[in-house]
Amino acid sequence: MKLTVWTYEGPPHVGAMRVATGMRGLHYVLHAPQGDTYADLLFTMIERRDRRPPVTYTTFQARDLGSDTADLFKTACRGAYERFKPQAMIVGASCTAELIQDDPGGLAESMELPVPVIALELPSYQRKESFGASETFFQLVRRLSGPCEPTATLTCNILGATALGFRHRDDVAEITKLLASLGIGVNVAAPLDATPEDLTRLAAAEFNVMLYPETAEQACLWLEKTHGQKFTRTVPLGVGATRDFIREIAEIVGRPLEADETALRLPWWTSSVDSTYLTGKRVFVFGDATHALAMARVAREEMGFEVVGLGAYNREFARPVRAAAKELGLTALITDDYLEVEAAIAELQPEMIMGTQMERHIGKRLGIPCAVISAPVHVQDFPARYSPVMGFEGANVLFDTLVHPLVMGLEEHLLHMFREDFEFHDEAGPSHHASHAPAAERRPQEAAEEGSTPSDAGLPENASGGEIVWLQDAEKELRKIPFFVRGKARRNTEAFASTQGLATISVETLYDAKAHYSR
Amino acid sequence: MNDQIRIPASGGCLDAPVLRERGQREVFCGLTGIIWLHRKMQDAFFLVVGSRTCAHLLQSAAGVMIFAQPRFGTAIMEEKDLAGLADAQEEIDREVARLLERRPDIRQLFLVGSCPSEVIKLDLSRAAERLTARHAPHVRVMSYSGSGIETTFTQGEDACLAAMVPTLPETDETQLLLVGALPDVVEDQFLRLFKELGIGPVRCLPARRSEDAPAIGPNTRMLLAQPFLGDTAHLLEGRGATHLAAPFPFGEEGTTAWLRAAADAFGVSDADFERVTRAPRDRARSAVTAVSETLRGKSVFFFPDSQLEIPLARFLARECGMTPIEVGTPYLHKGLVGPDLDLLPQGPVISEGQDVDLQLDRCKAARPDLTVCGLGLANPLEAEGLATKWAIELVFTPVHGYEQAGDLAGLFARPLRRRALLKGMSASPASGGVEPPSAASGAVRTGASFEAAS
Repeated sequence: MKLTVWTYEGPPHVGAMRVATGMRGLHYVLHAPQGDTYADLLFTMIERRDRRPPVTYTTFQARDLGSDTADLFKTACRGAYERFKPQAMIVGASCTAELIQDDPGGLAESMELPVPVIALELPSYQRKESFGASETFFQLVRRLSGPCEPTATLTCNILGATALGFRHRDDVAEITKLLASLGIGVNVAAPLDATPEDLTRLAAAEFNVMLYPETAEQACLWLEKTHGQKFTRTVPLGVGATRDFIREIAEIVGRPLEADETALRLPWWTSSVDSTYLTGKRVFVFGDATHALAMARVAREEMGFEVVGLGAYNREFARPVRAAAKELGLTALITDDYLEVEAAIAELQPEMIMGTQMERHIGKRLGIPCAVISAPVHVQDFPARYSPVMGFEGANVLFDTLVHPLVMGLEEHLLHMFREDFEFHDEAGPSHHASHAPAAERRPQEAAEEGSTPSDAGLPENASGGEIVWLQDAEKELRKIPFFVRGKARRNTEAFASTQGLATISVETLYDAKAHYSR
Repeated sequence: MNDQIRIPASGGCLDAPVLRERGQREVFCGLTGIIWLHRKMQDAFFLVVGSRTCAHLLQSAAGVMIFAQPRFGTAIMEEKDLAGLADAQEEIDREVARLLERRPDIRQLFLVGSCPSEVIKLDLSRAAERLTARHAPHVRVMSYSGSGIETTFTQGEDACLAAMVPTLPETDETQLLLVGALPDVVEDQFLRLFKELGIGPVRCLPARRSEDAPAIGPNTRMLLAQPFLGDTAHLLEGRGATHLAAPFPFGEEGTTAWLRAAADAFGVSDADFERVTRAPRDRARSAVTAVSETLRGKSVFFFPDSQLEIPLARFLARECGMTPIEVGTPYLHKGLVGPDLDLLPQGPVISEGQDVDLQLDRCKAARPDLTVCGLGLANPLEAEGLATKWAIELVFTPVHGYEQAGDLAGLFARPLRRRALLKGMSASPASGGVEPPSAASGAVRTGASFEAAS
């Protein structure tokens, strides 16, 4: 047993729902008790879907146990077929139904429904959401895709996008456009917006684009083995990765490809002098492995940040994250325990977090700005506007995403220079972005709770742990350092004091530490 | 008293036939109650013994409102826990010890059973006894089941309060017991009213802090604040308490009838009752009148959700002039909602349980002006041109009593006012419906396109 408060991933059947809900003409019969229908709201509320997920829940109750849960499943299965007339069905069990061992696959098979019925084995007590999505998509592909005539023109499939994915809708559109500009058509994009019938034509394409390895790698490997389709390994997230992606395709199709970069603005935006202040900003990157890896590269090579922490919550893809972290001189944080992530961030005191909705909340608590770059995400991360993160337009979006939470360049200087100014004072936060005013947010609450002068807002309560005491003057001097670097200054000074064996921190110590670290 | 509550001339719905359905239910399980209970009981922690699904449900239902330091968590069972039960008990002990060490502020700990823990028959009451002995006197450990195979949404609160009843001390004192978790502001309003009426002492279950837990005995009169507390009421009766049957305190009329049940039990004179309630009643009435202009003459359809449906339908029909078409409720407890059924004018279908696809067919065929439903159904219905009110907001918002009567009407009016405000926005999202053309949904689509064209 493991105590969990917040989770990065749901159970595996939610992964299956992400595939089913993304597709059309597929129906999922889920053997599950009352209450498991909560998962519908992920799609209808968080993603604002305009239709119910195509899922029928058998809704068994305590009194059904040991008597007719199997009949209940069959009734639900038959009813779902009659009502929705899907092209294909998937059937499986949620965590509770797994325990009662009714064998939905076997039951469904015995019913001889006139459409393909694919049984899913998703072990709820071992695996999680990403596995569920990957396994479901793989089983669909394995069952439905057969040999077929190649398409008349050069095409590929774009694989991996699902419902409830981070920017999947727009990423698929952007990569489709990019491929079109290279003279490559899209045979099928799946699972998002594909039908089971579409999956039967997968083999007609020349190669596959593995857009989201978390969902599509298993299927891509199988398609390569079975139909000889090569697939791209580079995820086109960021300028460098998009260029590598195009090179990879050129190798696959055996001819040079020239991409039109006229709409790509990130390189100039990041080179222009206003961006100088971004140099060496300390960022902490955490998310699913694919996004975390790609964003670490963007952060370092395209924004000029310093990556001080890198991690992922999905253990299945830990290996490349560990390797990338090692290259940066870091140890990757592979965990799905958000308290561990919070502890790591509190310890490192980065100037910005690039993470999921969990890290956004961690950042809020710690007073550190956060750019959301990976699922899981909440309703505000499903923007109405076109907002891909992949391809060249995606790179433009990323530049904005990563700059927006930060204090603007010139403003940084003003904050350093005019500490007492009524407008550029410390608690105001970035002047263009009231919602990122962590200090102001925390103060009243702290004051109320402690009934004393508010201490340094935005710092974790345990930041000044240990035995080291800040003298009043030093504490005052520390406050003169702007909020967005104060955490780092405090941490460095304390570390410095402790290596010097000092029990107290004076103004002198503060500046000694500053000199020490600025070497 | 010039305004006694009258049973509708046509007769109420107490004896109306009930449509009972059994099929897919689009409702939460009882674990969801933790989301408000953990805020209400400030020194309590809720430890769900369940699966990743349970943790994911709590997170999804809670959204991000309470991200900070929630006083709940899930001990997620893994493969090895399912292998042997002795193991699981030890695991619980370990997780509880660790939790209590980290959170010394916890005085009451609830071990909450889930579907998987019930199916493998993990004995949480035994665990609770053992842990109480171990951690007494600082912490009391209790257990209940919030599993979906046994409880529906708000029934989780019933199960939780029922688990507390045996732990409450005995008293012979004549007192009023207010049962059900209310927002603090509403509870305080009621306590003020009772004080002015000269009713007291008044105790609350649940209490905000464990040291204020009420005592129970033969001279306890209990007033239920929520219509989903059947088991708790039954256990309290078992300990000698008397249930004061009344409509639930929604709207001016419901609140008055509810208060009057207590006033009668405590011998409050008509004059005193009139003096104390006159001003808030007038306030409530005028607030409802102002808001209900939007609602008057409109039809409403309730999907089963929080068990508040019957009292709310009564409020909407009698005080806001709406016409209920169907009032669905997860289960019908006439012993509790009888007085509300009595006042609900005849007409609507009263349905219990759910077969969501059939109910959607009925709803789409009826095309109500307002549909009250869960979060999984709201946007899909909006996309088909039906105005909806998410039922969960009715559980998370202060809606009881005089001072909230206008807000309650406002919750129903807002979706309709919004529709009236938006110009040229009625078209559903770009994609069409995916449901196959059954007779009913075919009719809906015609209706929707007609609406878009006009």
